[in-house]
Amino acid sequence: MQSDPFQLRQRQTIIFFALLAGLTYGAMVITNYSVVQGFTAIPRAFIWATANFVPDAAAWNRLPRILDKLLETVLMSVASATVASALGLVVALLGATTTRPHPWFSLPTRALASVFRNIDVSAWALILLFSFGQSTYTGFFALFFVTFGFIVRVMVETIDEVGTASVEALRATGASYLAIISQSVIPACLPQLISWVLFMIETNIRSATLVGILTGTGIGFSFDLYYKSMNYSSASLVVLVIVVAVLLIEALSNFIRRAVL
Amino acid sequence: MSQISEPLPRIRVRPWTRANLSIQLTLLGLTLLTLYSFTTFDTRGVSLGEAFQDMLGNFRLLLIEPRLKNVSWLELIEALLVTVGLGLLTTVFGACIAFFLALFAAQNLAPFWVNNLVKGGTAFIRAVPTVLWVLFFAVASGMGSVAAVLGMTFHSAGYLIKAYAESFEEIDAGVLEALRASGASWWQTIFQAVVPSSASALLSWTFVRFEINFSTAIAMGATAGAGGIGFDMFMASVFYLDLRELGAFTYAILAFAMALEWFATHMKARLGKSHE
Repeated sequence: MQSDPFQLRQRQTIIFFALLAGLTYGAMVITNYSVVQGFTAIPRAFIWATANFVPDAAAWNRLPRILDKLLETVLMSVASATVASALGLVVALLGATTTRPHPWFSLPTRALASVFRNIDVSAWALILLFSFGQSTYTGFFALFFVTFGFIVRVMVETIDEVGTASVEALRATGASYLAIISQSVIPACLPQLISWVLFMIETNIRSATLVGILTGTGIGFSFDLYYKSMNYSSASLVVLVIVVAVLLIEALSNFIRRAVL
Repeated sequence: MSQISEPLPRIRVRPWTRANLSIQLTLLGLTLLTLYSFTTFDTRGVSLGEAFQDMLGNFRLLLIEPRLKNVSWLELIEALLVTVGLGLLTTVFGACIAFFLALFAAQNLAPFWVNNLVKGGTAFIRAVPTVLWVLFFAVASGMGSVAAVLGMTFHSAGYLIKAYAESFEEIDAGVLEALRASGASWWQTIFQAVVPSSASALLSWTFVRFEINFSTAIAMGATAGAGGIGFDMFMASVFYLDLRELGAFTYAILAFAMALEWFATHMKARLGKSHE
């Protein structure tokens, strides 16, 4: 009997979705998630929000203090993304197939980067709390490690993509290793690197809110404070301020990306 | 002789194009912001050098001497399963919602004003950090898995709508036109052309989101009472101050996240091959 490719594909699709449905049901059981509660909670949450989750006059009076905390968080996100990317580029140069000084460098750098990015930022924050306590350093290093791991991964790929041909050409002219890196590889990778740094800044601001709740710093701490004291109108202003900041930074980085790429 | 004394015109290796200027300005801006940022850090009396040394010692303890104390191995696996379950559930829910809304967000499938409405809405949803969504729903349904699932689903849907819509927009316009010309209905074009030709892109975006949701689920356990391994890590760190137990949890999440990443890389390679 000849197998019908369409029937085979259909059968595979059915098996895939059946398996997925089974796993989803299993996940509901193990997490104690109730579909009914979930569906009824959504309208309840939004009805509650229209009455209680709006900034009132007292909340607007707190705006300068909230903006102060927001600035602290944004600056920390920018600093961690920038420093981590600079260091990440150097390590990526050591690890990429085209630019590594010795084949032995590749595996350790990639493994190191993998460890750094696969431990979640919240886990890093919980680990770093032991050494840096409730200072800005905890959040800075947590974001720094994750960004570093991510940048090394993407820059290794970028260097191998854009660098191979030009590196070979320059090597044939007898250019030194450092000259090849500084004159060819880095200029060719910079636009991509900047694009990734901007992406990480956006990601880091959202992560910084989370880390702030854990470590008691920045805008995350402000939200947590108002939220736990049930001052929901001030908490809603914090959310509003974060949304505006994220959207503005997204717009700014899209603008820079268009100019750079 | 006079010819030699004339200065030769210097060749500009890197001309001042708009792109080059933008790169220089962006790098300068980032550097200045970073330097300024360091002066504003709230150090709370922590000395950087000492704390850094302390950190290295802690890493050693964490990585070389992990052990469990307050939970058993079985409980660790159960907690990990809860976290994976949260990630899976929110990815599946998010993907289902995102698939239908992304059809309205794609420029080649829906009218312009509908695109803008959906895209504007999802940009707002994505701008709110996941943890704030979860805490927002926690007011209505209490801290727990319901709030966590709802909050994470919201953010996942926002992310996937954008990703799916971009995948839909990459579809060959000729295919859509041919189907429309032959009199196919809108739903027929979706299921006969759009879904088959973007299936592998949708699958890989969904998997990327599953990886993100797994780590978000850890974070929600630690900050928003979603349970799972994140909660255990929070207890080990803030309540028991037990670095060695935290190390065991760290190894557990690291192993799972690395397995996911390995799987994703291999899946991508296989999907890429089947396209050739």
